Amino acid sequence: MVDTSWAAIAVAVPLLAALASLWPGRWTAVAVMAVAVPGALLATLGVVWTVYEIGVYRHPVGGWGAPLGIDLYVDGLAAAFLALLAVVAGLASLHVLADPDVKAMPRRRQSLFWSLWYWVWGALAAMFVSGDAFNIYVTLELATLAGVILVSFGHGAVALFASLRYLLIGTLGALSYVLGVALLYGATGTLDLVLLGERLVPGPAVVVAAALVTVGLAIKAALVPLHIWLPPAHGSAPAGVSAILSALVVKAGFYLLVRYWLGPFVSLGDGVATALGILGAVGVLWGSLNAIRQERLKLLVAYSTVAQVGYLFLLFPLAAAGGHVMAWSGAHLLVLSHATAKAAAFLAAGNILTSQGTDHLSEIGRASHHHRLSLLAFGLAGATLMGLPPSGGFLAKWLMVTAAVETGQWWWAAVLIIGGKLAAIYVYRVVRLGFVTSPMEPPGAAGPPRPPGLLPVPMLTILAALGLAVVSVGLGFASAPPLRLLQIGMPAAPGIALEPLP
Amino acid sequence: MTALLATGGWLPVSVVLSSFLTGIFIFFLREEDVLMRSLLNLGGAVLKVALGILLLWGVAQGFVYTFVLPLGAGLDLILFADPLALQFVLLSAGLWLVTTVYAIAFLEGSPERSRFFGYFSLCVTASTGIALAGNLLTFVIFYEFLTLATYPLVVHHGTREALKAGRTYLIYTLGGGMLLFIGAVWLQGLIGPVVFGPVPALAETDLPRGVLIAIFWLIAGGLAVKAAMVPVHGWLPTAMVAPAPVSALLHAVAVVKAGAFGLFRLVYDVYGIALAGAPAMGGLLAMLASVTIVYGSLRAIAESDIKKRLAYSTVSQLSYIALGTALGGPLAAVGALAHLVHQGLMKITLFFCAGRLAETYDIHNVHELAGMGRRMPVTMTAFTVAALGMIGLPPVAGFVSKWYLALGGLQTGNDWVLAVLVLSSVLNAAYFLPPLYVAWFTAPPPEARLQRRILPGWVEWGLLVPPVITASLALVAGLLAALPISPLAWAELIVALRYFPVTGDGP
Repeated sequence: MVDTSWAAIAVAVPLLAALASLWPGRWTAVAVMAVAVPGALLATLGVVWTVYEIGVYRHPVGGWGAPLGIDLYVDGLAAAFLALLAVVAGLASLHVLADPDVKAMPRRRQSLFWSLWYWVWGALAAMFVSGDAFNIYVTLELATLAGVILVSFGHGAVALFASLRYLLIGTLGALSYVLGVALLYGATGTLDLVLLGERLVPGPAVVVAAALVTVGLAIKAALVPLHIWLPPAHGSAPAGVSAILSALVVKAGFYLLVRYWLGPFVSLGDGVATALGILGAVGVLWGSLNAIRQERLKLLVAYSTVAQVGYLFLLFPLAAAGGHVMAWSGAHLLVLSHATAKAAAFLAAGNILTSQGTDHLSEIGRASHHHRLSLLAFGLAGATLMGLPPSGGFLAKWLMVTAAVETGQWWWAAVLIIGGKLAAIYVYRVVRLGFVTSPMEPPGAAGPPRPPGLLPVPMLTILAALGLAVVSVGLGFASAPPLRLLQIGMPAAPGIALEPLP
Repeated sequence: MTALLATGGWLPVSVVLSSFLTGIFIFFLREEDVLMRSLLNLGGAVLKVALGILLLWGVAQGFVYTFVLPLGAGLDLILFADPLALQFVLLSAGLWLVTTVYAIAFLEGSPERSRFFGYFSLCVTASTGIALAGNLLTFVIFYEFLTLATYPLVVHHGTREALKAGRTYLIYTLGGGMLLFIGAVWLQGLIGPVVFGPVPALAETDLPRGVLIAIFWLIAGGLAVKAAMVPVHGWLPTAMVAPAPVSALLHAVAVVKAGAFGLFRLVYDVYGIALAGAPAMGGLLAMLASVTIVYGSLRAIAESDIKKRLAYSTVSQLSYIALGTALGGPLAAVGALAHLVHQGLMKITLFFCAGRLAETYDIHNVHELAGMGRRMPVTMTAFTVAALGMIGLPPVAGFVSKWYLALGGLQTGNDWVLAVLVLSSVLNAAYFLPPLYVAWFTAPPPEARLQRRILPGWVEWGLLVPPVITASLALVAGLLAALPISPLAWAELIVALRYFPVTGDGP
């Protein structure tokens, strides 16, 4: 018998870390991290291994079992997201630990920051292994609220306003979602996603419920036109926070939409799938065009998230038309590679901002040599954003375009390809700065010293960004294990809900 | 030794990785670690050549080298060593070694050398990856990787002009990459994985003709950008702002040959000559190649900047390969593949010499060459050998490839090819003979005061030996074309495998 409790441990570790972090002090942060990051990684490895061994499974927490207790539901998708969470949040933690901005905070604020950081982590972990509509609501709220407060740790009034806006819109989304869940419960008498799929009979109440759930989750996933909260929030939060918000919290909204629309809602018609695809396509174009127009690096990266999330929504129409294996593999590989790349891009942008005091594109070129490693990390991450090899993003796009070709829906292929070229423009605007001969740094054989007015960048923060970028590139070669994992428990074909369980 | 040869797929992988790992190490070196960097560079380059020769030897003994890395969802990354792959690998690796020596000397004392050599190694990694690619997906991966790895070298100087050239470069190559991507995914969506080899992937296809033609032109269009065919050649002359070693290796050999090599794979391994020989595909491609040959030469005559003239000459000469590929028929194909090597040897010599002239006497223009034959006899001799080869004068290698191309034209009933070749040779003479004349037979004008830059002795040698080696090789390849180890003989073997499959039992 394989031990199934790894999933519970993967959730418990960050939550315990959140509590432990409340004890103020730098050493607490270091000690908690030294335990929590390896612990979470180890537990996640356990989950992945278990899924490889026995496939989809449920773990009754405390031995009670649904409907009385809480059941954790783990399939390949959940395991893949848990792994992504552990890698991204783990490396981002290293960045936060060394981030001069965080270190400059008062002690109590620092401990609050760390506690909220692990709250987001724990809430996301719980969400990924949750098979229950209401538990999902709880975790979604926890993640959003903790995220909102973390945004407000950013510099100045801008961050405060951004976090307020995020709070208002995010709460609206949660409200919409929970109303939908209530209606679903009324119609079916269950909150379990699998049972929900079996009992759901299409009717007016169910349609309204599905609409409410979808709008609520689409807000969290920043699907155009519900994305307006994202750029200011991600653009003004501390670097590490922007990284996990863009890489993970936004993806959580998408994750849940996949759970619902390739799960219990799949019988509600392909029209919605097409609509989600169209909004996604609009997001790709709108986000990219805005990213091209930005003058500040972090805002550029934030708008790029709006664009990149748009690609993911093409999964719905592609899967509905029968290209689901390719589309499923492609979209989720894109989740993994985009999340790592985007976190790397935000961390790199944060390093530049912290060191130079500004992230205006016109200024960065003045210290190109000083920023070279951060720009290298950005450039590597850029390969995935553009969908160019060698990167996970390239392979993901190859798979998604194949799905579009195989189902005869060439217009989705066009979106993927045009989006990639637009991304090339905004990535290029940044990467070229790395090669500008700058007036602040006269060229010399020995390499110029650090120009005046620039703060040193801690090596750990650079390594965290580079590490994430390397993972996103590496996913272009080591893609077989994650793709095999993602196939476990994949909805067999449109019309068939989550795999029935023993 | 046999144990070393029987390592299966790991030999091609190590050929690719030998420069990749070197490149990664070099990125992290400090600027002043000249010795360490040079050792890594040369070590990597020598290792790559050695591994390439080992691979060649193994293949000759009948070992099969295929490395498959499953990427999931039915996709594979495949590296394999067939004779065609080996030809390109050995060309890239060999010229990389020579260019590394040249580049270390050329860039002595200039800034950002760790960055330069890091990307330089990545470029060669990409081009050997292209050579060894065993299927279309792998080819696309390395082809696009080459684009990204070359950009930092084009903009290396960081000046406004360099950045502008880099932008042009990216617009062209990313656009081409997009066409290639669409074509490749489309084709793979229709027929599944497209594996390279003597039997064409589309040998027994029942796809509609319109689709076949569309896919052919998408892929060929994407390849034509790097092969600098008219009308998508515009990036190459602008990219000449890059340092001389970059122009020499990448814009005479690695990048542009990646396009030409890809065209050969497309015509022979994906479509098969029976199918690709159709007027709407190969026929039109041959026409485009001919137009490029003539157009490039005409533009070269109009340029008086040496590097620009060489660049347009590259545009022209590369399309010989495309022409020989597109004509169909074994002799034309032999000419194309032989030219792949011959042109590389000759053009890299010319760029080496141009770089040396610019470094030593600050000469950038054809008119400034007066008296150079006497001042730098060895350099100018190498230059002359390569230039005469370009014109097609025996016994230099260029003659051999033109000869086979002409025979190929006659063999396939395309007699007009002869006219193109004659016209092109006349034009080649028109832009290569004047600089030779000026250099050897005119005295420098009295008012010109040429200041010879004083370079350290080893730098002088580092700039002088590489062109001498490559010029000698170009001469030897032509003189000994009949020997079984010549590029020509190797090209004959590659072509024989495709036209007469039974004879493919090694050299």
